[in-house]
Amino acid sequence: MKKTINVSNQGVTLDTGRRNFLKLSGVGLAVAGLALVGCNDDDMIINNGGNVFDLGMGDVGVLNYAYALEQLEADFYTKVVNNFYTGISSVEKEIFTDLYHHEVIHRDFFKAAIGGAAPNSILPTLEFQYPNVNFSDRNSVLATAKALEDTGVAAYNGAGKYITNADYLVIAGKIVSVEARHASAIRNLIKPGSADFSGDDVIDANGLDLAKEPKDIVAVAGGFIKTPFTWKERGIS
Amino acid sequence: MNILKILDKLSDDKFFTSDMSRLDTLTGITNMGKKAAIAAIPLGLGALMTTPVKAETKSNSSAFAVKSALTDALQLALVLEYLEDEYYRMGLSASGLIPSADRTVFMQISKHETAHVAFLKSALTSLGQTPGAKPNFDFTAKGNFAPFSDYNQFLILAQAFEDTGVRAYKGQAGNVMSNKDVLTAALQIHSVEARHASQVRRMRANKGWIELANGGNMPAATNPVYAGEQNTNQAGFNTATAFGAEAGSAAYDEVLSGSDAAAIAGLFIA
Repeated sequence: MKKTINVSNQGVTLDTGRRNFLKLSGVGLAVAGLALVGCNDDDMIINNGGNVFDLGMGDVGVLNYAYALEQLEADFYTKVVNNFYTGISSVEKEIFTDLYHHEVIHRDFFKAAIGGAAPNSILPTLEFQYPNVNFSDRNSVLATAKALEDTGVAAYNGAGKYITNADYLVIAGKIVSVEARHASAIRNLIKPGSADFSGDDVIDANGLDLAKEPKDIVAVAGGFIKTPFTWKERGIS
Repeated sequence: MNILKILDKLSDDKFFTSDMSRLDTLTGITNMGKKAAIAAIPLGLGALMTTPVKAETKSNSSAFAVKSALTDALQLALVLEYLEDEYYRMGLSASGLIPSADRTVFMQISKHETAHVAFLKSALTSLGQTPGAKPNFDFTAKGNFAPFSDYNQFLILAQAFEDTGVRAYKGQAGNVMSNKDVLTAALQIHSVEARHASQVRRMRANKGWIELANGGNMPAATNPVYAGEQNTNQAGFNTATAFGAEAGSAAYDEVLSGSDAAAIAGLFIA
């Protein structure tokens, strides 16, 4: 099997002395489950009949799932900061620049982590589309950012139970609370000083945030994702 | 169980790691008793109680020890929620303290903390444990703060409590992962605390996220809340490489151990 994706960012490195920490219990299963015999570089990345990438089994699958979502967020904010909407305030600029930084760091972390621990099972770089987003319109960008951040929170909250390695669970926890901080910030830009930062549309009567199953997340976020993938273990095909 | 006894247990560094076997004798639950407890649990919380151990227990995979780690983590969470709940209710009822423009936010936060207390009590009861009683809080921390007469100090402690809550829940992830329902609920509370923290930080003209170990114009007394937040090494990956240490550290919230969280809460227990 050819290795399909190389880490292109020279800054992305892993301390090999700590590789044990990144060791995944499900790697053997995941590789076996991919059934990629005979595929080449091109048809693994692009939609090509039966060779659609599967996120994999066990913790590898969850990490690839997180990697997919972080790729989406990073891609979105890259577009936002490269073309700030008309009339953006300095506060908004600072927030979007920070969010861009954080999401790119998250994306590159997963790329390095999965690439180091399960190089043959890493999700390729995905392509995205934003058919209904007007990047020069404040309301459109804020609404999309809100949806992405809330979705990120609900995705991590819902996927935590599928993680078997406690160290990975902690890493996911370190990231999800930052996503929630983002969601709060974006929501407050939309309705300043209101209860929306932690609004009743996402927090239930028990004071619990959303937690969604992967298939429900992909059903929502899928509209942005051009490159198809499956996650058969979690019912996404 | 007495709340101080739990805090005392939690302040033992070995408690959450390897030294679990002694808990068997502490809890004194028989196998029969455990089965009866599981049978009595509503809400489906009991179904996964017998899930094999994964988390931080190395030498002892006893289901009793896991259950103790699980419920003691929930008891710690309950203490933190009691603290937040009482704090906001007192703040909201302190005449002239919270400006009218800010009341909506604090009423929303207060509503969630009250719900968290009720939820955690119910979860503990479902797991066959008696929820700890609410401690007597001293929000002046022995005269060092005046949060109910000085709005700036009210905001400072609110920020400290929320940022502590985020770290404390995260620190208990390994202790609750044996029960998937409890883990998911804990994550759902955890992200609500983070939404709160972000909002309160902005009300103090801070960013919603924590850069380096700098709480953002906070008194030195709150340093333990932010100690370690400057970390830019995540599993060997240098998060500072791309955009610097501020962004790299802010992109990840750090954990707080049970003992550190209990120590912070303990400052406000009379």
